Amino acid sequence: MKRILLVIAVVALYILHQDFWFWRNPYLVFGFLPIGLFYHGCFSIVASLLMWLLVKQTWPVHLEQEIEQRESEEAHTR
Amino acid sequence: MIPAIFVFLYLASVLYIGIFAFRKAKSRKEAEDYFLASRSLGPFVFLFSLFGTNMTAFAILGSSGHAFQNGIVTFGLMASSSGLVIPLTIFFIGTRVWALGKKYGFMTPVQMFRDRWECSHIGTFIFVVQSVLLVPYIIIGIMGGGTTLNVISGGVVPYWFGGAIVALVVMGYVFFGGMRGTAWVNTFQTILFLSFGLVAILVIGAGMGGFRSAANAMLNSPALAPLLTRERISPYYFFSYTFIPLSAIAFPHILIFCLTAEKMKHFKKTVIFYPLCILAIWLPCVFLGVMANRVTDVPEIRAKQEARRVLATQGKQMTPDQRDELRDKAAGDDVIMLLLQRYAPLWLAGILGAGIMAAVMASDSQILALSTMFTEDVFAFYGHKQRFGEKVQVNTGRLFIVLITIVAYSVALRAPETIFELAIQYAFSGFAALSPLLVAALFWKGSTKWGALAVTVWVAFSVVAVALFQHFVPAPAPGPSVVFGKLGGWEVLSRTPGGTAVFGFMPVVPMVIVSALLMWLVSSATRKPSQPTIARYF
Repeated sequence: MKRILLVIAVVALYILHQDFWFWRNPYLVFGFLPIGLFYHGCFSIVASLLMWLLVKQTWPVHLEQEIEQRESEEAHTR
Repeated sequence: MIPAIFVFLYLASVLYIGIFAFRKAKSRKEAEDYFLASRSLGPFVFLFSLFGTNMTAFAILGSSGHAFQNGIVTFGLMASSSGLVIPLTIFFIGTRVWALGKKYGFMTPVQMFRDRWECSHIGTFIFVVQSVLLVPYIIIGIMGGGTTLNVISGGVVPYWFGGAIVALVVMGYVFFGGMRGTAWVNTFQTILFLSFGLVAILVIGAGMGGFRSAANAMLNSPALAPLLTRERISPYYFFSYTFIPLSAIAFPHILIFCLTAEKMKHFKKTVIFYPLCILAIWLPCVFLGVMANRVTDVPEIRAKQEARRVLATQGKQMTPDQRDELRDKAAGDDVIMLLLQRYAPLWLAGILGAGIMAAVMASDSQILALSTMFTEDVFAFYGHKQRFGEKVQVNTGRLFIVLITIVAYSVALRAPETIFELAIQYAFSGFAALSPLLVAALFWKGSTKWGALAVTVWVAFSVVAVALFQHFVPAPAPGPSVVFGKLGGWEVLSRTPGGTAVFGFMPVVPMVIVSALLMWLVSSATRKPSQPTIARYF
């Protein structure tokens, strides 16, 4: 379930990237920053948060453990 | 000349870093140490060097130039899409490749493909296609170095000499320092150009008296207001661009960099901070590129705007050559340097010039990757490592670095820059279309070497086809495209002012989709690798 939610989050963010709703909107946020640029700046921050979530929830621990175990065995045989 | 002195100091620093890395490496195991820094990079160096490796001159010069001409769309098109797609590919593909590299000792992607699909010459063919797509980067890096030094020194340093200095410095630290030197230099460069955006925006903003009046003046100008939106770019084109960042993980130099991390947990920071690093560099550069349109007291910028205006109003009556000439005049790749020259004090322009130089000199890891690939995928694979030993292998790698630099410099002196800029456009699409190779190798038991061959042949064919199409059908003037065939209201193939479109999408979309289909269809119809091989991967 957790993984499905994360897949949905990634797909949702990919769709949100298209933001056709601000396509022709020249509104200036804070009086100088075009809203389309502001939106994609915020999008980058949200992308970073999603990456944090992915790392927290779906990190391939088995790969990490396999390598660590292998390395400790190699160190033992030396 | 003062800014150029700062740039020379910077060049001396990076050369020293490379030589320092060489001294540090003396007692290490030869090939793996030279080509992969003994797979020992820590989290900080790994994050900054991997990010720096992926950021070329385009991150600063190209992004502001593109934004100068096309507006704020540049950020969504190239930066925020990369901020989502690239960390995802590093997370899902990079970590797995790292683990396989640790387990089986792979140093290049082709080594992994050969082992995974039990093939030999198909691997060599993949090596050739990867190398051909990578070479233009090295040439454009030298060209960018020559041009930047020439502009920063106010013309005192000629192009040929600037290019030679940059080529020698890059060759020097890659030759001596190998992967360790390259990673350290990349880290230093990334810190420099991460700081660049913030400082540049503060200095230029102060010089322009704040951005509020410039932005409002643009909003009230019918000619410039579209640059504050995305109305000049079609939604299909915008969507297509999200396929381009798939190329990042398929670039051999990026994948080889993934093998250098000491521990898998070092990927965590890279994955999380990658979108923020992109934001820190690209947002200021894109914003400044757009705002440059309101700078009225820099004659060079006025000349670019005039060329753009003439192209838009009289372009249809001109010959393709005349249009190309005007496009060159309107190109904005140097607007950020012009803004710095206008608004920054000389010493600061020098430091910021070094930041630009850091981005321009991104060809180091490509040179090293080519050398690694040649010595591992050809020299060692065809038995020379066994015959001559590991030391000769490393020296062959070093000799290869010298040769590729000499060839790249000679070509950079003779050929026009636009050819290689185009080649890089094709290379991005080509590497994106090669990404199904990695996905299939790592996640699909049923993939076969024949599927891999079909994908690689398709990529080579489609890149050449798009290049020939754009060569023989000149770009039209701004406005409607030249259409070849219609199907149910859709334009099948069209030559647009900026490139090529297939059903309205950039060629990268059909290239990636056909690659994935070919991998599936051909693999389904051909014999799988042996069970023991599959068991080692799944």
